[in-house]
Amino acid sequence: MKVFTIIAATLSPSLASADWETNMPIGVTPTSEIAYDIHMLIFYITVVIGILVFGAMLYSIIYHRKSIGAKPAQFHESTKVEIIWTVIPFIILVGMAIPATKALILMEDTRDSEITLKVTGYQWMWQYEYLEDDVSFFSKIDDESNKARQLNSGIDVNQVKNYLRNVDNIVVLPTNTKIRILLTANDVIHAWWVPELGGKKDAIPGYINELWVDIKKPGIYRGQCAELCGKDHGFMPIVVQAVSKTEYHKWVSIQQNNKVAKNK
Amino acid sequence: MSTDIEKLDDHHHKPSGIMRWITTTNHKDIGTLYLWFSLIMFFIGGAMALVIRAELFQPGLQLVVPGFFNQMTTLHALVMIFGAIMPAFVGLANWQIPLMIGAPDMALPRLNNWSFWILPFAFTMMLSTLFFEGGGPAAGWTLYPPLSLQGGDSMPFVILSIHLFGLSSILGAINIIATILNMRAPGMNLMKMPIFIWTWLITAFLLIAAMPVLAGAITMLLTDRFFGTSFFTASGGGDPIMFQHIFWFFGHPEVYILILPAFGVISTIIPAFSRKKLFGYDSMVYATASIALLSFIVWAHHMFTVGMPLAGEIFFMLTTMLIAVPTGVKVFNWVATMWKGSMTFETPMLFAIAFIVLFTIGGFSGLMLAMVPADFQYHDTYFVVAHFHYVLVPGSLFGIIAGVYYWLPKWTGKMYDETLGKIHFWLTTIFVNLTFFPMHFVGLAGMPRRIPDYAIQFADFNAIASIGAFGFGLSQLLFLYILLKTLKQDVTAEDKVWEGAEGLEWTLSSPPPYHSFEKPPRVE
Repeated sequence: MKVFTIIAATLSPSLASADWETNMPIGVTPTSEIAYDIHMLIFYITVVIGILVFGAMLYSIIYHRKSIGAKPAQFHESTKVEIIWTVIPFIILVGMAIPATKALILMEDTRDSEITLKVTGYQWMWQYEYLEDDVSFFSKIDDESNKARQLNSGIDVNQVKNYLRNVDNIVVLPTNTKIRILLTANDVIHAWWVPELGGKKDAIPGYINELWVDIKKPGIYRGQCAELCGKDHGFMPIVVQAVSKTEYHKWVSIQQNNKVAKNK
Repeated sequence: MSTDIEKLDDHHHKPSGIMRWITTTNHKDIGTLYLWFSLIMFFIGGAMALVIRAELFQPGLQLVVPGFFNQMTTLHALVMIFGAIMPAFVGLANWQIPLMIGAPDMALPRLNNWSFWILPFAFTMMLSTLFFEGGGPAAGWTLYPPLSLQGGDSMPFVILSIHLFGLSSILGAINIIATILNMRAPGMNLMKMPIFIWTWLITAFLLIAAMPVLAGAITMLLTDRFFGTSFFTASGGGDPIMFQHIFWFFGHPEVYILILPAFGVISTIIPAFSRKKLFGYDSMVYATASIALLSFIVWAHHMFTVGMPLAGEIFFMLTTMLIAVPTGVKVFNWVATMWKGSMTFETPMLFAIAFIVLFTIGGFSGLMLAMVPADFQYHDTYFVVAHFHYVLVPGSLFGIIAGVYYWLPKWTGKMYDETLGKIHFWLTTIFVNLTFFPMHFVGLAGMPRRIPDYAIQFADFNAIASIGAFGFGLSQLLFLYILLKTLKQDVTAEDKVWEGAEGLEWTLSSPPPYHSFEKPPRVE
């Protein structure tokens, strides 16, 4: 009985966290929804094409085999057919390019943002600066994950809460606000990516890149650095907490007070 | 008297033992060297892949430190691309081009010897960096600065070895072009060439155009690191993104260098086992040429997230999508070749059919990646890893393996064991999908590439991928066994090994005479 409990206890966290997620998250911003829609659109198109092409192949493999006495036909070209299967894919591509281009124009439109968050990548942490509110802090992997992730740490990582996806200082952002995120880096190239907030963008030394988010749902969203940036590239998590505007302003004033207190 | 004449007529004198291989200028010997070399590199690169998959089998770090993990991902890519796939294609070219165009040998035999013998030195130097203090290169095979500039002592050695195998590729390409353009049998005009010859001719031009660009990029890296230039460092007025533009201007043609010869092999095998002529030969040639031309105007789709202007993103999205048209033509033509044929399913055909299906799946994910709005999510995730492994493993690699099974009886005069070949096929195909298909899922769910450890939610699919990878790796030992068994056995192959095979190589004996065609055959 005791043995059974131990086995159950060892298995349960991995079972509880067993996650067979197979698709892109729809996310909580207009840009993440656009990415998802385009992703599904092209996915379904390729599925249909795949069924047609592989279906024809399978039919041929079953019915045109020598072992059932199939005799080879003599045809080996047909200008008509070849033009058809050049033109039809082209038309399908045009059909995909139009919504994709429209979506892209919208995603790259960073105008009329209400607040600006500047994100700077370092080996291996992020710096966040709220340009309007004069709040700034660094954010790196939390101690618990950091201890557990060392080679042969002896810690069961399944027991660590949000293993590798937790930080010491969380980024707090208001919901229903167009937020412009400026990205740069101070050493090598990094990329800032929270899947549920939409796409990623590189943080490059000497450049300032732009990204915008408008988070529609309060919650905690996790991501990590997505551009190889050295040995601890895998250990640069990002945690964003989206709260209502009032709570956000409360949070900002607490941060500002802390800063004043510190400076004293 | 008569013996003297025979002696004079004897072109076959060659040193024996190791000196035969070091001094050889014979296209078959050099082809064999290339193929064995690439097989060794394939196992070395594969061992590195297994280190990666073993570490990723479960979350947490159990086997290697992150720095070494990055060395493995970097070297796995460099070894597989430049050491396994490219030399294997050159090996196929060396063996097959003279046989298929009716020539006695390659046009530039001594250059041929040199272009091969550069490779072992280049790769010994590159792999030796693993034993340096500070280890091998760890910035990814793309060598993006500023990260690659942080590398240890390995960096200049790796750059020099890339220069060397780049040189080898260019020399090989020059030789291939010279051979194809000058040594075809009378009557074989360009539009009568076997399609494999066409794909290699176009690939050779891509090599000559692309490899010097890579050489330029890495030389600039070298001077940035050691001579105080600032081509790519922002603090000195340079531009880290410029490296990516130059690199991918090489890198995208490189992608087609890695697949076009495989297209050629598949276009040879499908008609042979369908007992029917290749459908749409002309459009196959034009499609290959258009893919090659388009490959020079799509490079920035590898870097959609660097913050390009909107117009640039739209341009590169549209040109990339356009590649689907000629690639689609190829796939449709293959299916049309099979259509109403009289098919049999020997090992080369099995690999060729799996190539069409799985390469097309890789093409589909490529089309998805072309869509910039979605690419902002896919970029630098395991979805990308899944995509390029689908086009490189069941794509390029299956093309090579199919070609080896198809021509091995011709080369050696001995027939391989068909049953073992089929077992090898099924094991390889099952495990290749078990390895790479789950990578689509974890990528979409948010797992970035090039990380040694991951959040718990990615654990299950990673475990499956690791099991698949070990199964795949072990299955390739069976391939090695089949090759060795073939060489040792006595079962001889006929001159025309395959009932439906066409082409000049099948008019020769198996194995072919040392100087292939001493008198040029007449084509039609």
